[in-house]
Amino acid sequence: MSPLITLVLKRVGLGVLTLWVISVLIFVGVELLPGDLAEEILGQNATPETVAAFRRELKLDLPPHARYLAWLGGLTEGDLGNSLANGRPIAELIGWRFANTLFLAASTAVVAVPISIFLGILAALYRNSLFDRLISMATLSTISFPDFFVAYILIALLSVQLLLFPSVSNINPQMSLLEKLYAIVLPCLTLTLVVVAHMMRQTRAAIINILSSPFIEMAHLKGLRRARVVVRHAFPNALSPVINVVALNLAYLVAGVVIVEVVFAYPGMGQLLVDSVTKRDIPVVQASGLIFAATYVTLNLLADVFSIISNPRLRAPR
Amino acid sequence: MASLLEIHNLVIEGCHDGQWLPIVNGISLRLEKGQVLGLIGESGAGKSTLGLAAMAYTRLGCRISSGTIVFDGLPLLELDKEERRKIRGTRIAYVAQSAAASFNPAHRLITQYAETPVQHGIMDFHTAEKQAIDIYRRLLLPDPEHIGYRYPHQVSGGQLQRAMVAMAMACRPDIIVFDEPTTALDVTTQIEVLAAIKNITNQFNTAAIYITHDLAVVAQIADRIMVLRHGDLVEENDARRILAEPREEYTRQLLSVRSFKKDGNGAGGHAKIPFLKVEGVSASYTGRELVLEKIDIELHRGRTVALVGESGSGKSTLARVITGLLPPVEGRILFDGAELPPALSARQREHLRQMQMIYQMPDTALNPRHRVRKIIGRPLSFYFGVTAADREKRILELLEMIELPADYIGRYPGELSGGEKQRICIARALAADPHLIICDEVTSALDQLVAEEILKLLHRLQRELGVSYLFITHDLATVKAIADEIVVMLRGRIVEQGEKQAVLKSPENAYTERLLSSVPEMDPDWLDRLLETREAAA
Repeated sequence: MSPLITLVLKRVGLGVLTLWVISVLIFVGVELLPGDLAEEILGQNATPETVAAFRRELKLDLPPHARYLAWLGGLTEGDLGNSLANGRPIAELIGWRFANTLFLAASTAVVAVPISIFLGILAALYRNSLFDRLISMATLSTISFPDFFVAYILIALLSVQLLLFPSVSNINPQMSLLEKLYAIVLPCLTLTLVVVAHMMRQTRAAIINILSSPFIEMAHLKGLRRARVVVRHAFPNALSPVINVVALNLAYLVAGVVIVEVVFAYPGMGQLLVDSVTKRDIPVVQASGLIFAATYVTLNLLADVFSIISNPRLRAPR
Repeated sequence: MASLLEIHNLVIEGCHDGQWLPIVNGISLRLEKGQVLGLIGESGAGKSTLGLAAMAYTRLGCRISSGTIVFDGLPLLELDKEERRKIRGTRIAYVAQSAAASFNPAHRLITQYAETPVQHGIMDFHTAEKQAIDIYRRLLLPDPEHIGYRYPHQVSGGQLQRAMVAMAMACRPDIIVFDEPTTALDVTTQIEVLAAIKNITNQFNTAAIYITHDLAVVAQIADRIMVLRHGDLVEENDARRILAEPREEYTRQLLSVRSFKKDGNGAGGHAKIPFLKVEGVSASYTGRELVLEKIDIELHRGRTVALVGESGSGKSTLARVITGLLPPVEGRILFDGAELPPALSARQREHLRQMQMIYQMPDTALNPRHRVRKIIGRPLSFYFGVTAADREKRILELLEMIELPADYIGRYPGELSGGEKQRICIARALAADPHLIICDEVTSALDQLVAEEILKLLHRLQRELGVSYLFITHDLATVKAIADEIVVMLRGRIVEQGEKQAVLKSPENAYTERLLSSVPEMDPDWLDRLLETREAAA
């Protein structure tokens, strides 16, 4: 077996292990929450009999490890359990909301990743020039504002003042792709402004780091144009750190958008999570946590694999 | 007739702490078509800076402040950036010291070869590809049809260096600047690359500037030689003349650099019982492949054993096994007749004290944030627990031993030269009062004249203190200078060992013979003669 496949398999194995640890942490975390779940949900007027019946129905009377094993068993068969609030299967509840979150994240990534890398390369190419400083200042300013602040500023400017885009991104399954895209312009822009700085600065730093290598001097002495030296000689060697920061930001786009989704009333996982926490819908919170964790693990796994592939030493061993 | 390249009164300055100081101090040179000019000098002589300036290129933090560079009628310094760029790679090409660092790890060799001609619009990729194979063949690279499709990490150091020469030839330049192209290579590989360079520049009548610190190497290849020092020209002459009758004292020093020889055998001798015995030691990093196989070595008090071999032969691994950094998979190490625990953590402080190490790079072996007092004082406190006053006294004694002034005690490593740093490393080893000092390539990062001073110092210390050395090196000149016994290693095995005179005079092993004959001699005909002999033998 090629060492590349072995490496990838090892990473996948580690990823699964990480997910298992997270499932334990989530379960224990929820277990430690104060108060009795059944009493919380049924209210103070519930009779002891109803509470007992409710507990039996939800299997809350079983010891924790038995409940954990039952939950884990369901998970491995793809059964996330049922919502406490309305009794519907969680998979059904989460399904289209998770798709929405992914849709927003993907749209943002399609805009933000190329822009950051392009700006990062330009900034490295014109290092310490006025352009470089302006770019750094602009991206650092957008990252230093909290995301809800950026969101409200954008709403005030582009929605209230200029009437360009809707301030509420309440999409529904009946909308066409174009209508959906139009609806999410503002959240997408907010998120882009928040994530560009990280990726752009990491790209710039990684390329500048590579620019002092002897093979860059060699490329100059071969009479190559500066842009070619940076794009063709420096960038491929800077890929590994860039890929990693892109993966971290993509993970943020999926798991960290709670506030932005709430601000724009976007029907994604973030909103669901907030709703479920208020309703004490514990199984939904658990499932959401696990899905976010799985997204993080998967994206970092992909980043690892792409970093390995981008390194010819690992891709093509001696 | 005008020369191909004429540099007149060139001054290049470098920026140090906001001050511009000259690196090249008004040097003039001429290079004719097809001629090879050797630039030689120690580090800081300005030879690389001068070589790069021939391409109208300066490194970051350097500037050409005055002078003229005329290449084939073109005043290079008056050209704009774009015009200079068009000359680089096409008419003047560059071969760097370390091919491993100067090839882009992300692209195949042939892509990097073809890049220059394709990007300059001289030929398409397929033509370049075909020509590359032809050049690879002329440079005697193995499997010339396919080697170009490998990545840099997939070929050996010597092959990579030749691939870099091939890359420089891609546009058939008028001049190639060779910047120490063989310095990072083993002696046996150095010969192949030297022969390849000589051959290919002859075939295409390419002029060359050959930069090196090694007079014996440049003598094989250059028509004329310029000796540089601190940015000034010391002497310039025909290559044969400069070897036969050097006019300047500095040139004479460089010529005699390999003449230091230890007189007679060290103290002690064979009659006594060895204090350190390595018995049947095999070692491995992975647990599968053996890096060392059945090594037997004996060390005697007051003597120097030189451990010789090419890179990858297992020399440094053996040092790691002896010091306990890498426990062997089999075999044992006896110190004064008692078996040492294989792992470092199981050894007693007294065992550790007996063996000290000096490393190749004094820069990285010294903590840049510790003063000399702390660096030398630490082993004194650690092994002997001396009082502060005694420690200070002992540090001063040690500084005197290594011939450094007493006020160096308050300095940081950054305030010392390379040779002085290595002396501090020696003092640190001596502070433990050891029986054995393992010297791992201790002179190879130093300039030749400085290296020679270090060797003399180590020799004097041995005479005075009776310490033993295990001298790991790939440089046979060092071996000739300092060894009592020689151990030759090849791929993890000992191929020959014995008294220095015996091994040098009549090597029994074919590899030892090859290794010994590969050391460049101060004779311009040495390379041609050697290649002829080897061809006749083959």
